[in-house]
Amino acid sequence: MSMSQETQDKNRPLLEVRDLGIAFTTATGEVQAVKNSNFTVMPGETVAIVGESGSGKSTSALAAIGLLPANGRVNSGQIIFDGEDITHASEKRKVGLRGSQIGMVPQDPMSNLNPVWKVGFQVRETLKANGLPSSDADVARVLSQAGLPDAEKRAKQYPHEFSGGMRQRALISIGLSCQPRLLIADEPTSALDVTVQRTILDHLRKMTDELGTAVLLITHDLGLAAERAQKVVVMYKGEVVEAGPALQLLRNPRHPYTQKLVESAPSLASRRIQVARSRGQEAEDLLAERPRTSMQATLKQDFVRVEDLTKVYKLRGSWGRSEDFTAVDHVSFSIPRGTTTAVVGESGSGKSTVAKMMLGLEPITSGTINFDGQDVAQLRGRKLFAFRRRVQPIFQDPYGSLDPMYNIYRTIEEPLRVHGVGSGKEREKKVRELMDQVSLPQSMLARYPNELSGGQRQRVAIARALALNPELVVCDEAVSALDVLVQAQILNLLAELQHELGLTYLFITHDLAVVRQIADNVCVMERGKLLETGSTDAVFENPQTEYTQKLLAAIPGAGLMNAV
Amino acid sequence: MREANMENNDAADRDLDPEARAHEAAMREIADTADTPAGSHQKDLGGLSTGIMMEHFVADVGSTPVTATDSRSAEGAPVSLWRDAWRQLRKKPTFVIAALLIVLVIVVALFPQLFWTENPSAAATQCLLENSNGKASAGHPMGFTAQGCDVYSRVIAGTRASLMVGLFTTIGVVVIGGIIGALAGYFGGWIDGVLARLGDVFFALPLILGALVVMQLPFFKAHRGVWTLVVVLVLFGWPQIARIMRGAVVEVRNADYVVSARSLGVSSLGILMRHIIPNAMAPVIVIATISLGTFIVAESTLSYLGIGLPPGMMSWGNDISDAKDAFRSNPMPVFWPGLALSLTVLSFIMLGDALRDALDPKARKK
Amino acid sequence: MAWYLVKRLLQLIPVFLGATLLVYFLVFMTPGDPLDALCGDKGCTPGVAAALTKQYHLDDPFFMQYFHYIGNLLTGDLGVNFSGREVSSVLADAFPATIRLAIIALIFEAIFGITFGLYAGLKKGGWFDSTVLVLSLVVIAVPIFVLGFVMQYFVGVKWGLAKPTVSGAADWSDLILPGIVLGLVSFAQVLRLTRTAVSENASADYVRTATAKGLTRGRVVRVHILRNSMIPVATFLGMDLGALMGGAIVTEGIFNVPGIGNQLYKALTLGDAPMVVSVVSVMVIIFCVANLVVDLLYAWLDPRIRYA
Repeated sequence: MSMSQETQDKNRPLLEVRDLGIAFTTATGEVQAVKNSNFTVMPGETVAIVGESGSGKSTSALAAIGLLPANGRVNSGQIIFDGEDITHASEKRKVGLRGSQIGMVPQDPMSNLNPVWKVGFQVRETLKANGLPSSDADVARVLSQAGLPDAEKRAKQYPHEFSGGMRQRALISIGLSCQPRLLIADEPTSALDVTVQRTILDHLRKMTDELGTAVLLITHDLGLAAERAQKVVVMYKGEVVEAGPALQLLRNPRHPYTQKLVESAPSLASRRIQVARSRGQEAEDLLAERPRTSMQATLKQDFVRVEDLTKVYKLRGSWGRSEDFTAVDHVSFSIPRGTTTAVVGESGSGKSTVAKMMLGLEPITSGTINFDGQDVAQLRGRKLFAFRRRVQPIFQDPYGSLDPMYNIYRTIEEPLRVHGVGSGKEREKKVRELMDQVSLPQSMLARYPNELSGGQRQRVAIARALALNPELVVCDEAVSALDVLVQAQILNLLAELQHELGLTYLFITHDLAVVRQIADNVCVMERGKLLETGSTDAVFENPQTEYTQKLLAAIPGAGLMNAV
Repeated sequence: MREANMENNDAADRDLDPEARAHEAAMREIADTADTPAGSHQKDLGGLSTGIMMEHFVADVGSTPVTATDSRSAEGAPVSLWRDAWRQLRKKPTFVIAALLIVLVIVVALFPQLFWTENPSAAATQCLLENSNGKASAGHPMGFTAQGCDVYSRVIAGTRASLMVGLFTTIGVVVIGGIIGALAGYFGGWIDGVLARLGDVFFALPLILGALVVMQLPFFKAHRGVWTLVVVLVLFGWPQIARIMRGAVVEVRNADYVVSARSLGVSSLGILMRHIIPNAMAPVIVIATISLGTFIVAESTLSYLGIGLPPGMMSWGNDISDAKDAFRSNPMPVFWPGLALSLTVLSFIMLGDALRDALDPKARKK
Repeated sequence: MAWYLVKRLLQLIPVFLGATLLVYFLVFMTPGDPLDALCGDKGCTPGVAAALTKQYHLDDPFFMQYFHYIGNLLTGDLGVNFSGREVSSVLADAFPATIRLAIIALIFEAIFGITFGLYAGLKKGGWFDSTVLVLSLVVIAVPIFVLGFVMQYFVGVKWGLAKPTVSGAADWSDLILPGIVLGLVSFAQVLRLTRTAVSENASADYVRTATAKGLTRGRVVRVHILRNSMIPVATFLGMDLGALMGGAIVTEGIFNVPGIGNQLYKALTLGDAPMVVSVVSVMVIIFCVANLVVDLLYAWLDPRIRYA
């Protein structure tokens, strides 16, 4: 290859998508999922497509390797790969491109490896299909390049014997095994814990840099996109609304949608939610009169006090042996009235178990939860029933937290009916008030949960939780399943409600970025143990443990806004 | 303080990677120069060290308005699970045909006198031996049996017994199997273990085999009839529904809305009745509809083997059993009740199949 | 894996004991004198009654009777039937024909059910799929005895393609028609099961990933879609072995196959209760063993179970 040829290749886009339109045939008719989309990927470049669910970001990228679902088709525009129009390429040509020219790292490591074949087998067939040597040694080499330790042994294991992070490494090794020129990474780490996410993305960058592979990164996280890509393409409702150099787009968003996205992205925001801050001014004085949340805080001043809380599960092992698993290990913290305390940790940290014990749903193995002077574990019968009225949960999955057979009115009314509050008329009045409080139209009362969007459902869940005028609301990953903009709306709503009603929140989350937005105090948990607790500002500005530092550093895009 | 730390980390990362550093520098330049108003297509050209051209594209705001990001159009009547299913079912030809046939069968079972040309059990219409194996003729569209009875009237008259066995067995199976399955699934632990083993025991005896053993006993032989058969079929038929119910209950048992109800203080029984069972019913209804067909088949099979309904009672199975010996010379008395039986069973199976698609929770999640 | 196997075996014991106890209880504890049940409609001579009382230990308490019965069952001593033959030798004579019949049915339903199901599942919603789906429902809906008579009449009598009845030795070739009749309903079920599994797996994430790796469509279908779809289908086929035994009663009766089902049918018409109880007990054992085989097959096909 001559020198001039090489420069020409370098100036020619590797992937060029022109006026792309993709339609899906559904039961209700034709749906145009993507329209007039344009973007280019230069050789060796990383381009991120950012958008919320349903924005068409994955669809656009998958169309490039002909992986649209059976009911989808490209109905306008062109996809040009390295000068060749592959929009309607033959199946044979597509098979030739896949793997060797265009690789893919899929989203969910749990479902993307075939559970019945050994990991090594799945790597080997990739090498074989693309005409590369596929001995055991080659397979082990490919796996170890993706950072999988002990690759030779691991190749002989089944996917279910791998952790999520390891599976994702295996998938990365498959995607890059044939040294493709373009890698499509479809939310490659969104199913993983943040610290794992960071190491995997770092490794992915290292590998693609070495190979000179261009990456098309699909993500919902603007911070992550800006951190990892040179160029960002923002998609909204099937259209590209803005595209440009990553940092420029982030610091100077021009399209209103991008502007909203930048405002709402928790990982980019370093400030507290507005309402919380204005309230904070008054609260500051109150706080000043008593010692800051600490182990020494006296019983009367703390609304909820958790001491040496421990939960041991008996796991059934093989041969009928039972093993002890300590999900929560001597955890102590306290929650002052009217504040938000966040419990942060990665999967398996025991944070959700703490929430369940707080709600009185899970027996406590040892230690105490003292709720406003009452020992929760000792509550029985009437007293427990009265306690339940004061503590209410909001869960993560807006699809799972509402009974699909109940309409919205019945859903919100149920707590009132169960606790025998008021007459039918009074209850109806209360339900209508609650709908107003969470800014939902009253016309929605007759609807069923499946007719609502994710954010609307979460508003209903909040209304239901507030029906009994609880004092403590336990939010278990309450905003984690929502798109960024919706997440911001719900967080604002929660902050407003706290301000109006003087609620106390126990906020369980894996997302440190969200914590910074809403929490007054933070407890960091790892493997059942409480590592660090303190005010949010203190923990964020001066993390005491290495683990917390790692967690903070792993927030994608953190500091990008202020870095320059 | 912390911010500075992070910046250092970032910088440290980038130190490893001179390319990225150059790229960042290039972008800083762009950020400084680009400052044109949004709303129109525009190009900011910036050179990277690699010579890549990069433009900043902004779509026309008018063409993609940022509407409420989190809304659903809420027009028309509210859609519950059943209403949604009904909407889908109405449009399905298999469902419509099956439903019409079932209505017809039910009407025939309730009012056979509207359909038959003569009452086959009335004294006035004794089967005449001169008509033995007679061909179809006016007023006797399906010909005659070996005993000289009118096949058409017997097919009409046999509908009731067959349908009753199917219907009441299904009701019994749903009640017993449903309760056992719901208890096993909801409480789990040893209750589940015991009930599961009990189900396995009955499952080890296939429906027909188990019914066969019981029905040939003298006590049951002496008390043959619709209700005896129903009891015996329920005895061996409940485990299937119990398994389905258990699976469905286990699936919803840990749903967040159930946990929400628990944290409201709703009692276990209340949760089971108000939240879990209504949500677990869909698969049970599907299987029950299909089972109704299989129970009709079971009745006819047992009658065919001579141990189902008493010989005097008119049912499709008995008619086939009676006519089977003369089958080679006159197949029609086997064929017509067989057709009636098959069509009825097919209707129920088709109905269940259509319901399965319409009630599929996977398809419902939007 | 070893633990899984042991657990399964341990679970089998109560099921087997429970099922045989159930059969025994139903026969001997229902209202009426068990001797009436055993003697059937015609009644017994005092001598036969005495022999039966001794054989079934009718003078002992119920549980002792049951344990004697289980002991006899496990040692292969099944008593004598009405005509005075050892039940075990009758069964030994009848078994080969039934096994041949079941194998034909199983092969037929596996080959055709999986092939049609795979094709329908890959082209879900197409004309082939829709046609096959309705036809399979028709097959499931038509009772086996109606199906048997119709096939016998057309294939055997009218068109003369096969012998309408089987005689004497019951060779493989004689058994093809009855085998197909026996397997037809299960064929439709295998087809539907395969179709559902295939269409579900075809849209699974790992299949998309396999395609993205650059595998050919053929390999994706064989190694990923079909292989994973075999898990429910193989377990169904295993379970079906037991169900075929039950279906054999009707089929063997129609085609006059000298198998177990035919013996049971004869015993039923003669009211030969000891024979009925013995045959059903043996079938329960076969059913339990088939269940165990299914569990092992399941573990073999699905590594997630193996290591659970």
